[in-house]
Amino acid sequence: MSTIQLDIVTAERLLFSELVEGVVVPGEIGELTILPRHAPLLSSLKSGELRVITGGEERYIAISGGFMEVLGNTITVLADTAERSEEIDIERAEEAFKVAQEEMESAVSDVDLQKALASLRRSRIRIKVARRKRSNTPTIQT
Amino acid sequence: MPSVRQIKRRIRSVQNTAKITKAMSMIAASKMRRSQEMASRGRPYSDRMRDLLAHLSAQPRDEESVHPLLRQREVRRVGVVHITPDRGLTGGLNSNINRSIAQFILDSNNSSDVVAVGKKGRDFLSQGGQKVKAAFSDLGDRPSLLDTTPISSIVIQDYTHENLDSVYISYAKFVSTTVQTPVIYPLLPVIPSELRPEDAVGYIYEPSSDEVLSNLLPRYVEMQIYHAILESIASEQSARMVAMQNATDSANEMIDDLTLVMNKARQESITTELLDIVSGAVAVEA
Repeated sequence: MSTIQLDIVTAERLLFSELVEGVVVPGEIGELTILPRHAPLLSSLKSGELRVITGGEERYIAISGGFMEVLGNTITVLADTAERSEEIDIERAEEAFKVAQEEMESAVSDVDLQKALASLRRSRIRIKVARRKRSNTPTIQT
Repeated sequence: MPSVRQIKRRIRSVQNTAKITKAMSMIAASKMRRSQEMASRGRPYSDRMRDLLAHLSAQPRDEESVHPLLRQREVRRVGVVHITPDRGLTGGLNSNINRSIAQFILDSNNSSDVVAVGKKGRDFLSQGGQKVKAAFSDLGDRPSLLDTTPISSIVIQDYTHENLDSVYISYAKFVSTTVQTPVIYPLLPVIPSELRPEDAVGYIYEPSSDEVLSNLLPRYVEMQIYHAILESIASEQSARMVAMQNATDSANEMIDDLTLVMNKARQESITTELLDIVSGAVAVEA
């Protein structure tokens, strides 16, 4: 099985660096699957779930926007934030979701609203990714 | 001449001070290590981003479609993001960075807008009568990128709305544990590094090179500000570590001196007492 090197970095740390069989990323205009020996590609990513296919399994990482570069059998994902599904504390994520909802309702200014919306979106993805580790059967993305 | 008891009290108080400064210096040392680690962990990200930016901006495009953050224009209004610590006890660090920004504002012929990050810089500037456009503080020792994005969005907005024609960033660069130099360098317009011809790759762009570039540029600015803040934290902690180490040393020196004085005073009092007794005895015998 051919593999491709996947590095996921954020401004705060190097999150992931392994050889993988493929990866599905949330591209700006739809999901993209990158397999080994992909042509050079530079894409913006939106917030969402990144699926890593390795050893016939799927692993999930929540990212909130960023870029992906594919070059010479290496994929580099520059994410604004990234968390593995195991790292996410689902209770805290749900808490954050509620807080974000409340903030959105009480937002006075545009800036507040934008902030609340962003954290709402972020926590929704985090909850989704965190749930993945509980039910090990991968569900189909809608 | 103070009495032995007075000196003793003094010594005890200096000892307490030394204990506090020693603890502070040790705390600062561990915080410094952590912030240095944080700064170095983010390096792969910033390196890749710089490369991508070089690639993207090397793409041919006509004059009008140049992204607003790359566009250079005649400078009338200058903005500065001034990053300082929130707290003192950092030796000469705070006054050095503040002096450097004051010099910069005085030297520039244009009117300047300042965004202050950190209480020390904010207080200094507002006391000096400089208008502070926005102030951020209490970012903590380990800020996340999200904590710092509001700072970048202010300057990016001002730049794109042409309220500012160039933006600089000012902070204390971490050179080594003992050396931190105030630096001021341009942030906007973004000047991408030159792409070496042998590095050029024919990328497929998704959705398009312009769109990727316009997503990348604000993040690039954010990242630069974030890095400056991390570095400024490392500088603050190392300056504090050294300052507190010096304070501990001089407190210990002072304890030694005071002990000497105290011993002298004690001996003197014993001598006088002895003299009294002896002279008393002589008087009785006579």
